[in-house]
Amino acid sequence: MSVFNQSRKNVVRLMLAGMFLIIIARLLTLQVFTSKYKLMADDQGIFKKVVYPERGIIMDRNGIPILQNTVIYDLMVTPGKIRGTDTTLLCNILGIDSTEFSKRIITAIIKNKSYRPSIFEALLSEEKMAKISEYLYKFSPGYYLQERPVRKYPYDAAANVLGYLAEVDSNFLRKHADEGYVSGDYAGMTGLERSYERVLMGERGIEYWKKDNKNRLTDRWEDGRFDTTAIAGQNMYTSIDIKLQEFGEKLMENKLGSIVAIDPKTGGILAMVSAPTYKPQLLTGAERRKHFSQLFLNPALPLLNRTVSATYSPGSTFKTLQALVGLHEGVITPEFTLSCSGAFYGCGSGRPMRCLDIGTFDLRNAIRLSDNTYFATVMQKVINNPKYPSVDSALTVWDNYMYAFGLGKRLGVDVPSEKRGYIPTPEFYDRSFGKGHWNYCSFRSVSIGQGEVDVTPLQVANEMAFIANKGWYIIPHVVDSIDGGDKFGVLDKYKEKHNTIDIPASIFDVVHDGMQAVVDGGTGAGARVKDIAICGKTGTVENSFRGVKQPNHTFFCAFAPRENPKIAIMCVIENSGRYGGTYPAPIVGMMIEKYLNDTLAGKAREEQAERMSKLNLMPTRIYQELRRQDSMRHSKDSAYLLSKGYIKIIKDTIGIEDSEDDEDLRKPKAADDKKKKDKDTSASIKAQPAILPDEQQQPTPKPDNKNK
Amino acid sequence: MYQKNPSITKGIDWMMVWFYIALVVFGLICIFTVEYKTSDDVMSTLLGFQKEYSKQFYFFLLSLVVAIFILLTDSKFFTATANLGYVFGILLIMATFVAGKEVGGSKSWIPLGFMNIQPVEVCKIFTSLALAKYLSLPDTNFSKPKSQLIAAAIAFAPAILSVLQSEPGAAIVYFSFVIAFFREGLPAIYITLMFSVTILVVASIVMPPNALLIVLTVIAGIFILLYKRKIRRDKAILVLIVGAWILSVGIQKFMVPALFETVLKPHQVVRILTTFGMDDYKFKDSLRNVDMQKEFRKLGTKKKGAGEKVESYNVKQSKIAIGSGGFAGKGFLKGTQTRGDFVPAQNTDFIFSSVGESFGFIGCTILMLLYFGMMYRMIFIAERQRSPFSRVYAYCVTGILFFHVALNICMTLGIAPSPGITLPLLSYGGSSLLTFTVLIFILIKLDADRQLVLR
Repeated sequence: MSVFNQSRKNVVRLMLAGMFLIIIARLLTLQVFTSKYKLMADDQGIFKKVVYPERGIIMDRNGIPILQNTVIYDLMVTPGKIRGTDTTLLCNILGIDSTEFSKRIITAIIKNKSYRPSIFEALLSEEKMAKISEYLYKFSPGYYLQERPVRKYPYDAAANVLGYLAEVDSNFLRKHADEGYVSGDYAGMTGLERSYERVLMGERGIEYWKKDNKNRLTDRWEDGRFDTTAIAGQNMYTSIDIKLQEFGEKLMENKLGSIVAIDPKTGGILAMVSAPTYKPQLLTGAERRKHFSQLFLNPALPLLNRTVSATYSPGSTFKTLQALVGLHEGVITPEFTLSCSGAFYGCGSGRPMRCLDIGTFDLRNAIRLSDNTYFATVMQKVINNPKYPSVDSALTVWDNYMYAFGLGKRLGVDVPSEKRGYIPTPEFYDRSFGKGHWNYCSFRSVSIGQGEVDVTPLQVANEMAFIANKGWYIIPHVVDSIDGGDKFGVLDKYKEKHNTIDIPASIFDVVHDGMQAVVDGGTGAGARVKDIAICGKTGTVENSFRGVKQPNHTFFCAFAPRENPKIAIMCVIENSGRYGGTYPAPIVGMMIEKYLNDTLAGKAREEQAERMSKLNLMPTRIYQELRRQDSMRHSKDSAYLLSKGYIKIIKDTIGIEDSEDDEDLRKPKAADDKKKKDKDTSASIKAQPAILPDEQQQPTPKPDNKNK
Repeated sequence: MYQKNPSITKGIDWMMVWFYIALVVFGLICIFTVEYKTSDDVMSTLLGFQKEYSKQFYFFLLSLVVAIFILLTDSKFFTATANLGYVFGILLIMATFVAGKEVGGSKSWIPLGFMNIQPVEVCKIFTSLALAKYLSLPDTNFSKPKSQLIAAAIAFAPAILSVLQSEPGAAIVYFSFVIAFFREGLPAIYITLMFSVTILVVASIVMPPNALLIVLTVIAGIFILLYKRKIRRDKAILVLIVGAWILSVGIQKFMVPALFETVLKPHQVVRILTTFGMDDYKFKDSLRNVDMQKEFRKLGTKKKGAGEKVESYNVKQSKIAIGSGGFAGKGFLKGTQTRGDFVPAQNTDFIFSSVGESFGFIGCTILMLLYFGMMYRMIFIAERQRSPFSRVYAYCVTGILFFHVALNICMTLGIAPSPGITLPLLSYGGSSLLTFTVLIFILIKLDADRQLVLR
């Protein structure tokens, strides 16, 4: 029978061949001619794990680390593996009850399923950490500790200079879209952490891991052949003298204000004290959020870096500059004398500027005793100089002097949130009074650093450096050098000298004479330090807030020693009352002594420093505000305060003027600003402070005050 | 005809043995490439009986022992015990109704301690032998309905039992005996009918019912026109055409819907539907509709856009794994998909995805050449037999192997429904490996004794 059907074997063979061809054809389409499966496989099978490099550390001028890294731990839990562990013991250590425990486990399961680890408690405090690591063998394998690097501040000082890290928000991600940040990353939000973010963060590495169907990482893909290694952030050497910084912060305790000290030869900032400050350690670690909201709501604004973000009328410290302008323009000589009969009558009798020291002054004595009439006259001579066709052009010349001194524009310091300050321009007065309807007398108070002038403490310190150097300055900066080279060119602008206007050294000598006289036997005698020739200038600004007269802001700026100056310094105390010579002068004296001699001479001096530190000059309104907040906090949380605009009120009470973005008034400088902005971005220094979202524009009352 | 020299190697077709060993080793490598973790010690895990590749290795050793026993057995033993064995096999399947162990949702396994035996699987051996025995009887004539019926009964009795055990995948394989029947003279009309019915059933699933009705009617009309003259002479042809039309419409309109509505379980319906990329089959029974939606969700099927086809999760993952292998594959131990457990049942039913991912198109082609080479060798062996018993048996084995390979691979490639059948000699599992070992080595033994005429 089989013989008849033998040919049928070929049918079977054909059938097999057909099937073989169908399979091979299908394989070809799937494996060779379709590429989407490869992509789909990589998408679900390979995980790109970002490896975070160690952040760069920051050293002071002596190579002492002032910002380091340390690790703290998160307690991780894999809910699927916790059966049989001693839950009660764990709860006792963490101080939670069983309800909280099960709540966290359920959250973990919801978030990451029971077979993937989730954070059980983030950022363990040292104490909990110690206990848990002791008993960890009892909790494994369900629980384990995961390292998390955080910043550590060995000195707990210079908080506002160093800045803090925070989780990036969506806004940040949008701005830095192509820099590889992902949500959950930390980035510098203020201070050096922010301006040198690129330098400090290093380069992230990517590890390719295989993952399984439950999103667990199994092992390295291709044995790590395509991985990129993380490159640690670069370390930075700053010009900060951490001892001086600490000392300055101590002196400024219980006060509102700031100190800026600069090395005039290099422009390096030696100390940058903004008072009140906070312990930088507060903004790392477990309780970060809590501390932040406390600091954020504090009416004294500890998160504000007053050295660059607060502006004041310069007051009498401005007079030294007027002397320079007057001498260089040739409208006065050092011998030019003027007697003050009690007030400046150069503009007629209406609202004269009074001088306290009635008598006759030459330039030296006018600086020594800070005579208003003298400098009002000097500026009058500059503005009404027949050399210039109009008051407009004369004011423009004067403005250029001021810009050359580093005022009225952002200096470009490497600490973010720098304010511009303000030097009035002819256009400003044109707008205020109408074109041709103003003259010197309209703005005579500018001559003594009142009225429309605004400066930051940093600008004043820089102006001291300019005078100390006899005609040049280097843009003040905190970071001197970067370990491994300045890859981004951020430090380039801190290498060049700025001397826009050549003023002969002889003119500076005259001003130095006057400034030395201030300390040796004038308004700033409190700053005197044995064996050090200090040149200084006091300033006192009367001010009022919402029509209510407030205690004076007091200033003292100086440089020392007179020959071969090593430090240029500025101190401002808000609403301290009394005069520039009373509080800031001794503080500056002690800072100079501390820096130049490394220590205070004798016990008496140390006691004086101690007294100064304890002296409470905090304006009463801050305390009132604190009390009001306290009583409100009983019923309302901080979110409520924010929503109701209390934060605005709090800021208003500080009276810090922020007219930075008041572009209407500043049109003529727009071009200049644009240039500056470009520079800023190239140095990655961001002007807007991250911590104070919408600072209110509010005009500080500028009473036409008399000035000492 | 007494065997004077009972050396076990005498007359053995070594090519078959090499094909066999190559395929089993291929399978071991595939299980190894999925299971092995870089931290494991190769030798200790291989011998440890913990990992699946270790277990498969031991099953392989056991299979070799069984193979040697088979080669030592007198080939007359197989003819003599064929009918007895068949009865034993049927009883074994029936035993699972009483003492079966549930593995993977069907109660069709018998536990033997170190491994589980699936009687439906094992019964393929007995059925093949019994069919060979029956068809080699001198008074069997395949052109007579009586012989056809008896042969069909022998072939499909285990299949029917297996359907009752809700293991329809295993039952499908019993259709493979049709290949042997065909070779032994089953009229071609049956084959044509089988194909036609298959096409009709598929068409009635895929096409809108009324459109198919019109198509069928048009075809019937064309036939009537073509045979107009013959019909005038012989009305029976018209009756035949109309009868065929009525039958087709009956299948399309009533049988298939009835199958879907009542006979098949929801998950089976879903498997069939997803193969055709359908998820919008409307059931008259709303409760069944709800069950069906549940089943779809359980399978992880999803339809992204209007143009996208539904795909079951398993098949999709399998396609991703195979497709991502590319031309040359990702390499040994380098598959991300199979090693990441993305493909379900990847050591058993979906082991081909490991081949595709790790060894790419080249590896797949080599494997296919091994399988089809083995099948062609079997046909060659079958045709050189003097004994019809051996020939029928060889064709039975070829058919079983072919059905398993074709269905399994088409399933992993997403061109056939997934009935849940293994890839012979490659898939992990002692039951499957032993069954095919026995099937193949009985063939080798029969071939070695091809000078004998067995009945």
